[in-house]
Amino acid sequence: MRLTLRVWRQAGPRDAGALKQYEIPDVSPDMSFLEMLDVLNERLERQGDRPIAFDHDCREGICGSCSMTIDGRPHGPQQGTTTCQLHMRRYRDGDTITIEPFRATAFPVVRDLVVDRTALDRIIQAGGFVGVATGNAPDANAIPIAKPDADRAMDAAQCIGCGACVAACPNASAMLFAGAKVTHLGLLPQGQPERYRRVLAMVERMDMEGFGGCTNFGECHEACPKEISLATIARLNADFLKASLTRRDS
Amino acid sequence: MGWIAGFYRSTIGRKIVMAATGLLLVGFVAAHMTGNLLIFRGRDAFDAYSHFLQGLGGLLWLGRGILLASLLLHVHSAWTLTRQAQAARIDGYAESDPRAATRSARAMRWGGVLLLVFIVYHIFHLTVGSVHPDFRRGEAYGNVMTGLGVSWVALFYLAAMGALALHLRHGVSSLFQTLGVNHPHLNPVFAKVATALAFVVPLGFAAVPLAVLFGLVR
Ligand code: FES
Repeated sequence: MRLTLRVWRQAGPRDAGALKQYEIPDVSPDMSFLEMLDVLNERLERQGDRPIAFDHDCREGICGSCSMTIDGRPHGPQQGTTTCQLHMRRYRDGDTITIEPFRATAFPVVRDLVVDRTALDRIIQAGGFVGVATGNAPDANAIPIAKPDADRAMDAAQCIGCGACVAACPNASAMLFAGAKVTHLGLLPQGQPERYRRVLAMVERMDMEGFGGCTNFGECHEACPKEISLATIARLNADFLKASLTRRDS
Repeated sequence: MGWIAGFYRSTIGRKIVMAATGLLLVGFVAAHMTGNLLIFRGRDAFDAYSHFLQGLGGLLWLGRGILLASLLLHVHSAWTLTRQAQAARIDGYAESDPRAATRSARAMRWGGVLLLVFIVYHIFHLTVGSVHPDFRRGEAYGNVMTGLGVSWVALFYLAAMGALALHLRHGVSSLFQTLGVNHPHLNPVFAKVATALAFVVPLGFAAVPLAVLFGLVR
């Protein structure tokens, strides 16, 4: 099929960018979205043009690298799917597709579609460690965990830190990300000792990085390739409130 | 006290303050609307209600103080969080395709500004009386009739109630989430309560200017 792409091109962090149009006459419906960009890039290189820079790593939907906003949707139109798992059979001959980087002040553009998402890593770092006994491997199931709690913790732990929640949020808020992390550690017995210290530190870091607040629009959940629940944000709020009311440090 | 400052400095702290003050203000508008309906019982009943409230003295001022403080905190948290959100995305998208945002969610900010303008006007109109054409202290019923008898004023009141409906719909349905309560058993209940309040409260308020506008009370 024949597609028209409008792609954000920006040479470097301080350069001005613009959408540039490309025609691709020979897209196979079996290609993934990133393979289509590979094909376009090969052609650009052959012509002596600079290929389109985009992040990717696993290409199997688990690393969270492949950040881009496709027709106004982070990771494109398909629910619960990363860009690398999106396939061109979603599109029809003659379609025009607009591809932009994730937009947030906390995610500065590095080049073209690549943005710097280390702000999310710094939130994780602020969360600190989880105290566990090292040494011999513990017996399986030595610590009882209620099944519903284990399920919810695992659901939250699916977050791959891709930043689509930030990209989709009208406030560029990182609450779904922080909520997922706080929920998956806070629901498990191993995460209890640092639970309230962790939430205060992570929220403080999140605000410091320049993310916006939550207005309960729910766009983050819609865009999330792992469909993290908004309930994680409620839990973040509840833990933050409790931690603020009961903190004993100075 | 440092922890309070730290709490209010954070995005989540300010959201929680917005939700808690919002909850209080929802309680107030529901009570205020119910009291207003006494106007349909006639001049004597409404004036007696007004005199009863005035007679509360210190209690009335305590209530007013709490409401004013709540309103100021509500507006300040909303204002600063809006500025912060705008700063969080300076370069916008060429194309956007929101899927989840409801009309009421999108109306929170401009609707909130409209409501604030309305509240200030309303206080000077029917409480202080300084923007009222013929304000007579102690004659609440008469003041409502002459005040809302000006049709553009009545229309402004009605427009503000439209904004209130949208504000209550999103505000009530999301304030529990902000206060940390999200449970599959409770979420549908919150949504229904929000929808009910968003209909009943603004309609109850709007009944008064509508009745004056159409000459049903005089
Ligand atoms: S490249 Fe790893 S999730 Fe898409």
